[in-house]
Amino acid sequence: MLEIILISAGVVAVLGLILGLLIAITAKKFEVETDPRIEEVQELLPGANCGACGYAGCADMANAIVTKGVAPSTCPVTNEEKQAEIAKVLGQEVGEAKEKMVAVVFCGGSISRAGRNAQYNGVMDCRSASIVANGGGKACRYGCLGFGSCARACPFGAIEMRDGLAVVHPELCRGCGKCLGICPRKLIRLVPAKAKVHVYCNSLDKPQQKRKYCSVTCLTCRKCVKAAPDSMNVQDQLIRVIYSNPPDPSFVEGVKCPTGALQTEESHRCLVPKAAADGKEK
Amino acid sequence: MPSNEWLLITVGAILVNNVVLSRILGICPFLGVSKRLKTALGMSGAVVFVMTIASFVTAVLYQLLLKTELTIAGRTVDLSFTRILLFIVVIASLVQIVEILLKKFSPKLYAALGIYLPLITTNCAVLGAAELNAKVGRGIIESTVFGCATGIGFGLALLLFASLRERLELAKVPKAFQGTAIALITAGILAMAFMGFSGLVK
Repeated sequence: MLEIILISAGVVAVLGLILGLLIAITAKKFEVETDPRIEEVQELLPGANCGACGYAGCADMANAIVTKGVAPSTCPVTNEEKQAEIAKVLGQEVGEAKEKMVAVVFCGGSISRAGRNAQYNGVMDCRSASIVANGGGKACRYGCLGFGSCARACPFGAIEMRDGLAVVHPELCRGCGKCLGICPRKLIRLVPAKAKVHVYCNSLDKPQQKRKYCSVTCLTCRKCVKAAPDSMNVQDQLIRVIYSNPPDPSFVEGVKCPTGALQTEESHRCLVPKAAADGKEK
Repeated sequence: MPSNEWLLITVGAILVNNVVLSRILGICPFLGVSKRLKTALGMSGAVVFVMTIASFVTAVLYQLLLKTELTIAGRTVDLSFTRILLFIVVIASLVQIVEILLKKFSPKLYAALGIYLPLITTNCAVLGAAELNAKVGRGIIESTVFGCATGIGFGLALLLFASLRERLELAKVPKAFQGTAIALITAGILAMAFMGFSGLVK
């Protein structure tokens, strides 16, 4: 009995030893030398694998930074501090930092404010809803569909669905631009983070039409254009902020936009009720 | 080995006694990496690869060392009871070695299988295939064929399940059933569908 125990233990031990040695030998013999800096750089990158840099994830980006000499600032998500740290690892100067951009959803038509002309009961996804003839339940053919495809696509959780409207939190947004391609209505755009005032409307219908289905649409009354001709201009049936010269946040109160399409980023967020934030049509 | 026996082993392992849906082995990766078809495909490839090699190596080990009665120091001992322990050790180190070699010689394949290889190290389906081979007493070639077919069976089940789950993402599922609950129910129905093959091969 004792022999069986000893022999079997011996066989297992010997086999374990052989396998262990085998692994050690192969690991040593077939070692692939990787630049240790790649790992260091990868740790400094955000690790969200958002793909905004154009590489397949942060590991690929780290590889490109170290081996191909790509500038760390190609990653739009890192802040300047992290970029300086990466540059320190590489022993080089920081590339010229890009201006911080944030995404803005150009629509103010939450469920309670935008009119609807249909009941949509299909798949709860904007891209599916946009295929249907009416394109979701809302009457406006340009506004937010409110099924939160962009919120699900955001790797940083910066988009919140409030009352059937996507709202970006600029402090969380890193400007990777993932949501831009998801939105079937192309409502989301990247704008410089320093601009705080936006016209939350995207409808290209005529003002008389717009007025019928949405209470917060831009009627192109030009009140704001007259107040700040250098910062606002009229495009088609909409007024847009000129982002190279954005107006001051206090500008909104001075103008008193008759519909309230002109808002600061903060006041826009406060106006949309938080309660029905599940992004589903009731 | 006659050719119809090959067919029996392959069809038996892929469809009739499917490793996941009939033998209920390897449920963890089956539920874990079936959320997207693309990851499921990577996992399936890695499992087929590892299971074939692991079945071959364990069969060699079993036939040469464990099945035969060893005579050590004038005493004959039957070591077949240590097979599960040894199989785990052998499979785990095998995966390690394969990973190192792949990294060196085929970085592309390594990049494709990379994250899935370590996951398989202690996958019970791999161990199950080796154990079944030993239990039935299959030869080395038969074992390798069985291992490969079992891997393909796992891949088939995983890919079917992943496609179903991708469709489920868009379906209106009652709140109580959302997530893993509906996935488990789906797996059960899929297993029932595979029961239709039972009796095809003994």
